[in-house]
Amino acid sequence: MTTAEANKNLVQPAGGIPAPGDKSNSTIISSSPYHGLWALTNRELKKWYKNPVILLLSLIQPVLWLGLFGKAMNFGAIFTDGAFSIPGLNIPKEIINQLGTMLMLNVFGTTDYFSFLAVGMLSFIVLFTAMFSGMSIVWDRRLGTLNKVMSTPVARGSIVMSKILSSVIRSLVQASIILVLAVLLGMNISNITAIGVLGTFASLALLSFGFSAIFLMLALRSTNQNTQMAVVNLLNLPLLFGSNALFPASFMPEWLQAFVKINPISYATDIGRQMLLGAGGMGTLAFDFAYLTAFAAAFSIVGIMLSWRLLSK
Amino acid sequence: MFNLTNVVMEMNGEMDANGGRRTIMQIRDLKKVFNGTVVAVDGVTFDVYEGEIFGFLGPNGAGKTTTISMLTTLLRPTSGTATVCGFDILKEPNEVRKRIGVVPQEYTADEDLTGYENIMFCADLYGIPRRISRERADELLRLVELEAAKDRKVETYSGGMRRRLELACGLINHPRVLFLDEPTLGLDVQTRAAVWQYIRKLKEEYGMTLFLTTHYLEEADALCDRIAIIDHGKIVKIGSPKELKDSLGGDVIELGVQESDDDLTPLISSVQHVKEVKRVSPSEYRIKSELGEVTAPMVIDALRSKGYRVNKISLTRPTLDQVYLELTGKSIREENGDRTQAMRQRMIMRRARR
Ligand SMILES: Nc1ncnc2c1ncn2[C@@H]1O[C@H](COP(=O)(O)OP(=O)(O)OP(=O)(O)O)[C@@H](O)[C@H]1O
Ligand SMILES: [Mg+2]
Repeated sequence: MTTAEANKNLVQPAGGIPAPGDKSNSTIISSSPYHGLWALTNRELKKWYKNPVILLLSLIQPVLWLGLFGKAMNFGAIFTDGAFSIPGLNIPKEIINQLGTMLMLNVFGTTDYFSFLAVGMLSFIVLFTAMFSGMSIVWDRRLGTLNKVMSTPVARGSIVMSKILSSVIRSLVQASIILVLAVLLGMNISNITAIGVLGTFASLALLSFGFSAIFLMLALRSTNQNTQMAVVNLLNLPLLFGSNALFPASFMPEWLQAFVKINPISYATDIGRQMLLGAGGMGTLAFDFAYLTAFAAAFSIVGIMLSWRLLSK
Repeated sequence: MFNLTNVVMEMNGEMDANGGRRTIMQIRDLKKVFNGTVVAVDGVTFDVYEGEIFGFLGPNGAGKTTTISMLTTLLRPTSGTATVCGFDILKEPNEVRKRIGVVPQEYTADEDLTGYENIMFCADLYGIPRRISRERADELLRLVELEAAKDRKVETYSGGMRRRLELACGLINHPRVLFLDEPTLGLDVQTRAAVWQYIRKLKEEYGMTLFLTTHYLEEADALCDRIAIIDHGKIVKIGSPKELKDSLGGDVIELGVQESDDDLTPLISSVQHVKEVKRVSPSEYRIKSELGEVTAPMVIDALRSKGYRVNKISLTRPTLDQVYLELTGKSIREENGDRTQAMRQRMIMRRARR
């Protein structure tokens, strides 16, 4: 529709009501299938950044984990700098330190556990943000906002996509904050490069895409936020502990290792450790990225397809 | 796609059959069954004409909201069809959505955003370019007198303000049909009157068709061009308020005479306009007639000329209430209290949940 037509329309809104069925609609409506996607995403983000309390609260947990686990269980310090000595044996300090370092490198792929965990926390915050992305659609349904949105010509897929996108954006912002905090708290930055940071965030974005889509799908038909909460609580810790985010998989029992191998969190964390810390990984970067991309694509597509079916009743 | 019925009528020169108007919505045997057992809407068939205010009236659970949900493409009908603005709600739902506005029963505005942000959000959902939507938003906010409050968060709005905001949102795409589900529920008398004034003003401004449900009969009576009374998912009566009232058999004259053994029924029946006479007690008669205000004096004269004295008379105009009562077996007044209360409760619960 041209600007002139649009203007005419504006001045004369009721002007010449077209006959029923007349396809030349009097209202000005964009034909792009993506219109509204940004509006919907922006609405979610606005609610988030206008309420810094929520942002702060969501950061507390990973920061606590970093502080408590990362600093208290500093395995590196346990094995080095004389914290570890065997009475009666007079082993030179340098040798103990070297042994400790080797041990750390073997187990964690890096020399300090804090850095190891910090990267894990980036995946942690992504997972937790994604888990709650489903909650907002339950709310929207309860409050009738979803119905209102669905009575407009917005594509059904945009509704789900906007929730995924806003969750991805939130996750990345939160992960950046966690990364900065971790560096301030003493994360090893000797191997950090711009490409490493970009690659890490790309992997986190993929992780967030996939998980947000999964949790949104679980919420598509739900009208009860308690059910949704229960699902979230049921899944969060197994997903986290069944990955290499907190501890290396090599010491886990066989069956758990198998789960770690399919858990996408492991791949995002693996990418982070390789690209940020220069640590040795469980797979090649290319395979890690391929796995995450497939994960994100598969679930986003299924999510959008389900939204066509499940959003309408 | 065009409307065959209308074309035929035009050719026959019978346009006046529906007031010379085009049909904008055709609903044919529309049915919705929930969970295989709950029949919410049980095969309704009716037309809505362009430019009219069409009212849907019925007790709780009659299926009003369900009907609106189907017409606004939110719910899939179990069977039956409907076209809105010439588009099939099942085959071309997006074309329907572009042309309608919806003001739902609940307040759906986002409480965390300001009034202005809410209305712009709606505009974006329709893909209206910013340049145009800004002007429209300003214009609509002025119309519903929310200009001063537009930058406040909606959580600080009163019920009336929220309703007006919903109205503005529903109009942002200049819809050809505006659906209003109980637009004045839970509002006080003054706010209700104000909301109606806006609705009428907006309708004049944009020349829309309005489809609304309401529980306030006076409103339906005063505002609607036509009313459908729906009960248990079925339309029990449809017509203009006057037609509905006339269907009750006109005005009711209640007459008291000096007690006598004579049955005055034949005498009263002979008076012009009188349609039905019933002897309620030896001294009381109930007369149904057209033009009650003219008939009543004539009845008195007729009786006096035969030597009977009338000592009591009352004239009752039929109200939509009576129609409603007769058709649904429920008085709407009993319900209103409950409903308003239920609505309040819902609002309170909603706040508490936040
Ligand atoms: N999602 C649903 N699942 C099952 N039953 C439903 C659903 N929605 C509505 N119903 C039932 O359908 C019937 C009609 O409901 P509807 O909401 O259309 O009534 P209504 O006329 O709008 O009533 P009210 O005046 O209370 O708003 C009711 O019996 C209701 O319980
Ligand atoms: Mg209803």
